[in-house]
Amino acid sequence: MAMVFADPFSTLFQFQQALDSLRTSGWLDPGPSGGGAYPPVNVFRKGDDIVIVAEVPGVPKSDLRIEAKGKTIRIAGTKSLATGEKASTHRRERLAGTFDRAVTVPVEVDADRIKAECRDGILALWLPRAERDRPKTISVS
Amino acid sequence: MAAAQSLEVQEKRELVGKEEKTVPARYFIPATDIHETDEALTVVMEVPGVEKKDVDINLENNVIRIEGRIDAKKYDGLEPLYTEYNVGHFARSFTLSGKVDQQRIDAQLEDGVLTLTLWKAKDALPRRIEIG
Repeated sequence: MAMVFADPFSTLFQFQQALDSLRTSGWLDPGPSGGGAYPPVNVFRKGDDIVIVAEVPGVPKSDLRIEAKGKTIRIAGTKSLATGEKASTHRRERLAGTFDRAVTVPVEVDADRIKAECRDGILALWLPRAERDRPKTISVS
Repeated sequence: MAAAQSLEVQEKRELVGKEEKTVPARYFIPATDIHETDEALTVVMEVPGVEKKDVDINLENNVIRIEGRIDAKKYDGLEPLYTEYNVGHFARSFTLSGKVDQQRIDAQLEDGVLTLTLWKAKDALPRRIEIG
């Protein structure tokens, strides 16, 4: 039966279902290198290109370092918690520290055209597929 | 300093609310720090992906409820290949003690971190008593 109520929730719902099924499937194992490291990433495909999204709340742009070489993207940085002096702590759940992670994607990437954006604690990297790696259409004569 | 320590992944905790939702969306509990100074209580919570306009802060019966919604439209046209975390809205509530001035609560959102400053009521401030 089709669900009739409208978006944006249905979009989100579908997305979550897709995530769940992927989590439980063994597909793409071993996957991008460095699994389980901070920050956790989600990798998407948009057309021919790859999009990497990571949650890095509390990390300002200036504390992030992104490097790319070949198929590997390095995401490094520092997350610090600003606490005023003389403050006593009631609850501490947030973590601070340094992170350094490499993610290898399964396609050749054009390193010069990678775009990175960090907004509201979400880091998004657009990795355009290298021209030489794009599939070619072969016409049948 | 804790800064030299390498950062570990925190599994997102899903919110199990008392009230049920009428829409199929997931809520997570934002990681939260609470500090207290002489003047105020500071509540710092991580809500990555939430924009300023999508934060709701409600105060009712001494309970402050914070809800941050993400924009699922940003994921339109993206086909997941590999996933390590789930995405959803954030919600959490706290019961306030009587020492907080409920008229004076400030909120700030920066880099996906929401900071609430709950100023203490005048009569809850510590007073220094001089010996006459």
